[in-house]
Amino acid sequence: MNKIHVTTNINGDPVEYLCEPQETLLDVLRNNLQLTGAKEGCGSGDCGACSVTLNGRLVCSCLVLAAEAEGQEVTTVEGMADGDKLHILQKKILEHAALQCGICIPGILVASKALLEKHPDPSEEQARYWLAGNLCRCTGYDKIINAVMDAAAEMRGA
Amino acid sequence: MALDTEKREFKILGTRPLRPDGVDKVTGRALYGADMSAPGMLTGKILRSPHAHARIISIDTSAAEALQGVKAVVTANDFAKASNSFMQDGLDNCMARGKVLYHGHAVAGVAAVSEAIAKQALKLIAVEYEVLPHVTEILDAIKPDAPVLHPDRNFKRLPEGTAANISHTTDFGHGDVEAGFAAADLIVERTFKTEATHQGYIEPHACLASMGPDGKADLWCCTQGHYNVRGMCADYLGMNISQLRVTASEIGGGFGGKTTVFIEPVALALSRKAGKPVKIVMTRDEVFKASGPTLSSLTDVKIGMTKDGKITAGYAMLRYQCGAFPSGTIDLGAMSAFAAYDLDAVHTEGFNVMTNRPREAAYRAPGAPTAVYPVEAVVDELCLELGLDPIDVRLLNAADEGTKASYGPTFEAIGLKATLEAAKAHPHYSAPLGPNQGRGVSAGFWFNFGGNTSVSLSLNDDGTVAVTEGNPDIGGSRASISMMAAEELGIPYENIRTIVADTNSLGFNDVTDGSRVTFAVGLATIEAARAAIKIMCTRVAKIWDIDPEAVTWEDGYAKPAGENAGKYDPMSLAEIAAIANKTGGPIAGHHEVNADGAGVSFGVHLADIEVDPETGFTKVLRYTVFQDAGKAVHPSYVEGQMQGGAVQGIGWALNEEYIYGEDGRLQNAGFLDYRIPVASDLPPIDTVILEIPNPGHPYGVRGVGETPIVPPLAAVSNGVSRAIGKRMSALPMSPPKILKVIKG
Ligand code: FES
Ligand code: FES
Repeated sequence: MNKIHVTTNINGDPVEYLCEPQETLLDVLRNNLQLTGAKEGCGSGDCGACSVTLNGRLVCSCLVLAAEAEGQEVTTVEGMADGDKLHILQKKILEHAALQCGICIPGILVASKALLEKHPDPSEEQARYWLAGNLCRCTGYDKIINAVMDAAAEMRGA
Repeated sequence: MALDTEKREFKILGTRPLRPDGVDKVTGRALYGADMSAPGMLTGKILRSPHAHARIISIDTSAAEALQGVKAVVTANDFAKASNSFMQDGLDNCMARGKVLYHGHAVAGVAAVSEAIAKQALKLIAVEYEVLPHVTEILDAIKPDAPVLHPDRNFKRLPEGTAANISHTTDFGHGDVEAGFAAADLIVERTFKTEATHQGYIEPHACLASMGPDGKADLWCCTQGHYNVRGMCADYLGMNISQLRVTASEIGGGFGGKTTVFIEPVALALSRKAGKPVKIVMTRDEVFKASGPTLSSLTDVKIGMTKDGKITAGYAMLRYQCGAFPSGTIDLGAMSAFAAYDLDAVHTEGFNVMTNRPREAAYRAPGAPTAVYPVEAVVDELCLELGLDPIDVRLLNAADEGTKASYGPTFEAIGLKATLEAAKAHPHYSAPLGPNQGRGVSAGFWFNFGGNTSVSLSLNDDGTVAVTEGNPDIGGSRASISMMAAEELGIPYENIRTIVADTNSLGFNDVTDGSRVTFAVGLATIEAARAAIKIMCTRVAKIWDIDPEAVTWEDGYAKPAGENAGKYDPMSLAEIAAIANKTGGPIAGHHEVNADGAGVSFGVHLADIEVDPETGFTKVLRYTVFQDAGKAVHPSYVEGQMQGGAVQGIGWALNEEYIYGEDGRLQNAGFLDYRIPVASDLPPIDTVILEIPNPGHPYGVRGVGETPIVPPLAAVSNGVSRAIGKRMSALPMSPPKILKVIKG
């Protein structure tokens, strides 16, 4: 097997890895780099549990080849908190009790952060459509949407 | 254990503290099934049947075994004979023995040094099949000449003349049903169909097994019940239970689907053979093909009503398709169907029928949604025909304290009437509707379980407390358990840490199912706290040199009581804990119980639906859930259960179904084609919690998790039916199906 050498940046840190040509970014994050925050719910781009950003763009890391991260900036849920200071979105998800099992939450957080970076003042409908690619089977989305709207308001105020 | 007679002002119950596992879950630190690894770990993969029904003539694994990097291959021959037929079914579902019974049924497992090699090895396993005729639909499976799944097992041919695929029959009721129908002014009789759905947890099944040459093993897995996993796996591997320790990972949803084993025994068998740890993670395709799903159903319902809304009799014939192995969910369906009604004459009967589909697994209130849906739809139709208000009619006929339930027992204090009244008084119920819109009402019911539970609670010498329980926390139960411990001990919630122990660290616990955890583990926690309090009071009595009976516990302090009142300064839990070594040693309380008194649960849902008459497309405009939660320990997580259950039910009603081809193969094994509700499909889900104390719990707590999935099927169906002016009688109500009914 010919492994590919990749130099990239993950959550602000320089990272190098070797990957196989068919390996996904999600595989490498989880298996090679032990960044298990991103989850594999489907492996086919349908659940959003593996959401990360690639140069600021929201992607399903199960649909990105690990080799494609060469020279890019990747952020994952592990990069959201600033040391022991949680991101407002993380805080709001907790305060609103917007998680039950929590498996969807890393993806929801990464996707919501991308939403608020692009649309700091989203309508509820906009938030619902933006998060339509992130499946949550436990909550019915109600508290998640409330948490995201509340975080948006607080971030605008801050 | 009964409700405390002394009424108390709760200090912590009813508040909404942050959950103890929350930070881990928003930072990615929490470890779920697939997040664990071990040094030298191998990747396990499973070969699955391409056929719906076939005899296995031979399996040749030699080429796979010879492939470099392959460390073990297992088939059914690598497992022990299970201890009884129910257990054997569980094993045969994990690994086909002699026959494959459904598309996706496991045939062999391999463990290799990489996923790529494991996949390559699967291709090298040569299985020779003799393909057999298959059957996937209820009516086909009961035909006298239908293919029989287990011809060697003498299953029933009931009702008379059906094929021997009937695994279970049921019959409940009381009163003279025929006389009841004769007294009715209107009788509606209809047949309803539901399709199989999947629990749809976002986390696929995953496990990591490690067995040494000494036969001692450790298993890490996502499960709703690790003690159950231990029992099943030990049986299947011919192990002594004490040799297997199971640790439950954080669990990414289960809804009943993770109450049994699928890949865990296979990983253990591979690890035993390879002498190395083996990790197996299902793909989503495997999750759909070989885990879950729920039943599909075909139900006839007949209800008679007087013109002022009194139900004179109810009858239901339920047929539940349960996949490739026996199931008894028909009992739960037949018991739930009319549970919301106080009836003089009621009769429910039915059967489970086996087909070439994956084995039915429990799904949130198993058996109930598909039984309550047809009844609630017929009640709605009667109300419409007779010009009666659907909530008034339900109130007139509602089960109440003292009602003899259609399935036998007499109800204790229940909240159905209060819930119906709350729905009637809510602004949602009187809000105006526009054109092509309809409002559906449905009640729903679930039994709630108690069951075997062990809890241990120990004081740390700084006055904080460790609570050890054994039920995987699927939606915030560590928070509610900590809250109940804090309430009882009179110390801050933050001073308690509750963990879920592995199977070796605590006594037996039943599976996290039946909405039992907050009720039963809560009850055991309160009792464990009371045991610790008793010890603390004894220690303090010793210090004060008074009778232990003369010491009471109040708000976290031991206080002298009776004639000694005021004589000594109260001692806090922290003070007592700090000197425990001088007063007799560590202080702990524990409680083991097979809890009963779970207290049944009722809910009422309102659904406003708009239907586009051109396309049949539906939109849920507004949705409100009313439910009796008993005492709501952490209201946010109670609401979350109500919302989540409602949305799963909405998915069942509108989108979700298993679709089989003529070839008996599953056509939609992925989230693209099996569409669960997404955020943009839904309105906010409003909730109203009613708190009618459960007489069987010291704080009045009842389970809340399952009831919310029961009413949505009928609430949505009734909403659609009222919007289009015609009665829908099959789920899911996809646009083409609705259009067909509109066009008549
Ligand atoms: S795992 Fe990538 S979208 Fe589901
Ligand atoms: S909280 Fe369980 S999937 Fe979202």
